[in-house]
Amino acid sequence: MRSYLVLFQMRFIRGLQYRTAALAGVLTQFFWGFMYILIFEAFYASSSTPQPITFHQLVNMMWLQQAFLALIMLWFRDSEIINQITKGDIAVELLRPIKLYEFWYARLLAQRTSSALLRFLPILIVASLLPYPYNFVLPPDAFSFILFIITLVLGVLIVVALSMLIYISMFYTLSGTGSILIFGVIGEFLAGLIIPIPLMPEALKRIIYFLPFRYTTDLPFRIYVGNITHNEAIISILIQIVWIIILYIIGKLWMNKALKRLVIQGG
Amino acid sequence: MIQVEGITKTFQVAKRNKGVIEALKHLVRREYTIVKALDNVSFNIKQGEIVGYIGPNGAGKSTTIKVISGILVPDNGTCNIIGYTPWKDRKEYVKHIGVVFGQRTQLWWDVPVIDSYQLLKDIYKIPTNVYQNNLELLTETLELKELLNTPVRQLSLGQRMRCEMGAALLHDPKILFLDEPTIGLDAVSKKAVRNFIKTINQEKQVTVILTTHDMRDIEELVNRIILIGKGKILLDGTLDEVKLKFGSEKTMVITYSTQFKPFDFPIENINGNQLRFMINTNKQSLPQIIDKVSEYVQIEDIDINHLPIEDIIVKLYKEYQL
Repeated sequence: MRSYLVLFQMRFIRGLQYRTAALAGVLTQFFWGFMYILIFEAFYASSSTPQPITFHQLVNMMWLQQAFLALIMLWFRDSEIINQITKGDIAVELLRPIKLYEFWYARLLAQRTSSALLRFLPILIVASLLPYPYNFVLPPDAFSFILFIITLVLGVLIVVALSMLIYISMFYTLSGTGSILIFGVIGEFLAGLIIPIPLMPEALKRIIYFLPFRYTTDLPFRIYVGNITHNEAIISILIQIVWIIILYIIGKLWMNKALKRLVIQGG
Repeated sequence: MIQVEGITKTFQVAKRNKGVIEALKHLVRREYTIVKALDNVSFNIKQGEIVGYIGPNGAGKSTTIKVISGILVPDNGTCNIIGYTPWKDRKEYVKHIGVVFGQRTQLWWDVPVIDSYQLLKDIYKIPTNVYQNNLELLTETLELKELLNTPVRQLSLGQRMRCEMGAALLHDPKILFLDEPTIGLDAVSKKAVRNFIKTINQEKQVTVILTTHDMRDIEELVNRIILIGKGKILLDGTLDEVKLKFGSEKTMVITYSTQFKPFDFPIENINGNQLRFMINTNKQSLPQIIDKVSEYVQIEDIDINHLPIEDIIVKLYKEYQL
């Protein structure tokens, strides 16, 4: 366990060094945040029927999305792992007395958390200074906030487990682009990052609730803005845990299989 | 210590002829050729040996190293190395071995070397006192002192290789696999690497298996050669045996003062008053040759050289049609 923690720590510290990248990221995220908010403002303005989520709640979800982008996006990639797989340096990784799945998991988790830690505060602080209804506000009550933190952490564990599947698929495709693109686009949609899930038609919602993707972002963010009741939130936490276990088992089994048919070319 | 028995490993290689039409066909249906990278490979290695694993490019050297270090799973065969089957007990097994791939790095690219070492200490769970001792020893013998605080990406190849060696030995491995450790190094670095291998072999009784194309490596380090070609083991013996078998040809250089009659036997080279030609002591004894030559010239000086090991290896490869 300790070695995975140390690796986490090392990647984490390294991630914190990229301050300029983080600053650039913050500016980009603001741009995207505003763009999404303006699109949905136009949507709300053109519709007279009441929506299942208020505009201000939606705005807050958008800011959370942008602030925690590094935690939730499936396309967020670790090019070193991709290189290891495609160029064969994975040979070296296998020479270490570690479990590769856990080792990579720790690494990906560290990369995401360090990257998010540098970005989320400036975005949320500046967004909270904006005028109503564009401003970011605190959650309705303290319990919502606690539930938000728990579901966000569990959500990240799901995201990393999902992205592990992307990396394992590269053992077969030997290319980073395809897997990440397909997974990224589909996953983003199913997670409600393109159209917020409350605004989706019922039939689609039913499918989406059955898949793991919404438990990564939609769930914690809607808990934060108060769009999901506490009871539903607590049940969802259990579902999150089940998904983490399922995805972990799938990933482990698939990776073992992939490693058995591994071919390392050259050198 | 190392027992390898009947290891076979095949790879599927997609075959494609040239041309657009062939490329399109390839999209629909692929033809594969099966390449036997290893074909019934067996050998035994005792503790403390330094074994040179040689063969031309593509012979299966690296594949063997990858199989016996637990990275690749062979199709067939058994392997018992210090009580483990490498590909089955990988995680436990690799604690006892050190591997250096000349063409790959196991250090973390953008952190100082010492940070990588620290991480390895945690990964291998090396006790602090063992780690300290080894680090001290390695720093001294590999002259790492100035390198330890430099990020790996800023090191030269020779410096990096020394650090790689250090990284592979921090956890006191019993066996060291070196896959072309001197590739691309300059003469000084090569020498340093060789000296180091010798030292740890003698002092710590580490068993070393190295693949190389550099015959100086073989000459200076190795007491036993395993020759592999097209996936098969062709020869397994000591360097002296190989020399005896394939090095019976020697070059003879004769310096003469006067010539009695024109030469009517094949001479490779005449340089002023020097003759140079190949002799085979298995076919003709030296006195016979000298007797014969002295019919032609007045001999002043004789110089006999063994075939350089490079040439012996070339002959070996030729002999086995590699």
